[in-house]
Amino acid sequence: MKKIKCALIGSGNIGTDLIYKIQRSPVLEPVWMVGIDPQSEGLQRARDMGLKTTADGVDGLLPHVKADGIQIAFDATSAYVHAENSRKLNKLGVLMIDLTPAAIGPLCVPPVNLKEHADKQEMNVNMISCAGQATIPIVNAVSRIQGVGYAEIVASLASKSIGPGTRANLDEFTYTTSNAIEKVGGARKGKALAIINPAEPPMMMRNTIQCLCDDEPDQARITESILAMIAEVQKYVPGYKLVNGPLFDGKRVAVFMQVAGLGDYLPTYAGNLDIMTAAACRTAEMFAQEILAGTITLKPTLNTTAADAA
Amino acid sequence: MTTHLKGRKVLLHDMCLRDGMHAKREQISVAQMVKVATALDDAGVPLIQVTHGAGMGGNSLQHGFALASNEEYLRAVCPKMKQAKVSVLLIPGLGTMRELQSAYDCGARSVHVATHCTEADTSPQHIAFARKLGMDTTGFLMMAHLNDPDGLARQGKLMESYGAQTVYITDSAGYMLPDDVKARVSALRAVLKPETEIGFHGHHNLGLSVWNSIAAIEAGASRIDGSVAGLGAGAGNTPLEAFLAVCDRMGIETGVDLFKLMDVAEDVIVPMMDHVVRVDRDSLTLGFAGVYSTFLLHAKRAAARFGVSARDILVELGRKKMIGGQEDMIEDTAMTMAKERGLRENAA
Repeated sequence: MKKIKCALIGSGNIGTDLIYKIQRSPVLEPVWMVGIDPQSEGLQRARDMGLKTTADGVDGLLPHVKADGIQIAFDATSAYVHAENSRKLNKLGVLMIDLTPAAIGPLCVPPVNLKEHADKQEMNVNMISCAGQATIPIVNAVSRIQGVGYAEIVASLASKSIGPGTRANLDEFTYTTSNAIEKVGGARKGKALAIINPAEPPMMMRNTIQCLCDDEPDQARITESILAMIAEVQKYVPGYKLVNGPLFDGKRVAVFMQVAGLGDYLPTYAGNLDIMTAAACRTAEMFAQEILAGTITLKPTLNTTAADAA
Repeated sequence: MTTHLKGRKVLLHDMCLRDGMHAKREQISVAQMVKVATALDDAGVPLIQVTHGAGMGGNSLQHGFALASNEEYLRAVCPKMKQAKVSVLLIPGLGTMRELQSAYDCGARSVHVATHCTEADTSPQHIAFARKLGMDTTGFLMMAHLNDPDGLARQGKLMESYGAQTVYITDSAGYMLPDDVKARVSALRAVLKPETEIGFHGHHNLGLSVWNSIAAIEAGASRIDGSVAGLGAGAGNTPLEAFLAVCDRMGIETGVDLFKLMDVAEDVIVPMMDHVVRVDRDSLTLGFAGVYSTFLLHAKRAAARFGVSARDILVELGRKKMIGGQEDMIEDTAMTMAKERGLRENAA
């Protein structure tokens, strides 16, 4: 079966884990890995796994996009360089899956709104954050039943799974995730908290989701909705597991989740890495299936893109 | 009486309007804040921390909702201060630079930028930003018993490199013994620049906070956090009036009036308390098991609902190495323990 060729930008934890996920995909094929340091371990590993590499940033990839038939790119660099990467690749008709907190394009949580973005043929979709992917489905599962005035999530992450980029930019993580809890989760106000725990052996990623409903929660319907949503996420993150709850306490609904990863690049405790890369991969697959079926065609964007305007 | 510390100058930093918020379930009113801060200012306390117990951004289901916003508290307190500087707490991952800017705009001029004792590298943006604002900037290494002296020295050095003017050893669990404190402060003193100050923030869970604070001074600390009447999480912070009496006896210079501080404790703080903040079965468990002091009241609430004792919950949280900010794991742990024991939940 024909596969859609992909480029990975950023050779850190996320980019490397993505190689494993994309290699397993029936519709995606990883072809290029883009870095900025020729000595980086990530680029070496990508070469060992059969990818072409460049250490010249996205400009090193551009001359090869056409010849190698690259149609989808994953950006796992930083919010600061994403806009420029996206503009250059969109211009060549490459769809951009954004794993940085830049969020130029619409925010995507696959079981909540992926279909909508594919139908609109968006050329840049943003994956929010690991905590966003792990918690927003649950917020949405409550808000689709009844009004949620406030939703708050706490993501506890193993210290070993958090790279230098996230550490140095915790505020961006907070802003992007809080915003997405509202925009995609459907809560009128959202708040995101992150905890980095250094325990040895490393703790599994844990997420607590709490919603304050406008009225007394309909326990049966909310429970059913949450369980259905968990099953949807499990289709692409098998280690997404309900530990406790839903707990009902007045208007509060609390859900306690654990995310075990597949152990591709980092060990299974780094569920945060997996849920991000798996969601990005799932998103790319949905677009790829549409491209292969001929229902959508990626078109080069004009010079003046949303990125330019931003 | 030993007088080897005679003439040492130490800056006292009161925590009852921040750490004390934990002991009051965040229910201190704006009027009470003003009353307490004014009295502390009058007694000569040079630094007074005023925020939600979890600091900027603290208002949440996770940490409780206070009676007023941090901005409302700061705007009421700051203009009333005659000599004291008002400080805030900021924990990256919870509070943000926008909130720090807002605290500054309301009159705060000092900040504890706090991280877990191994995660200093989550604070560079916030420390640099505080310095840019011109704030008296402290790097605050929490749960410091969970890192060894050399590790803490490396973390403190990082914070200094980001711009921190003071680095704190923070005994959030009230677990350390005086020798633990000395070893950690000495390790910091050995690597930090001479002009970088060292501070110690204690909790009284083992009844050692006054002695630990003196040990810190002996090893080179020049700032001590405490709380009038000990109003703080767990068995409270270092009781500031008791510590001050010891300082006076030892000739340590603080510039604070002991009798005035005793009066604030007795006449203002003690009548405000919802429960007597002291070493009891549960707060002692915190100090014994090395658990974050703020977990105390959360564990008692979960115990009432799920029928597992607070002590059992706290010991389990210590075993699972839960750290500050993981209050959600208290309810989760209690639910899991109740399930394992076949208990049924009490109606909320």
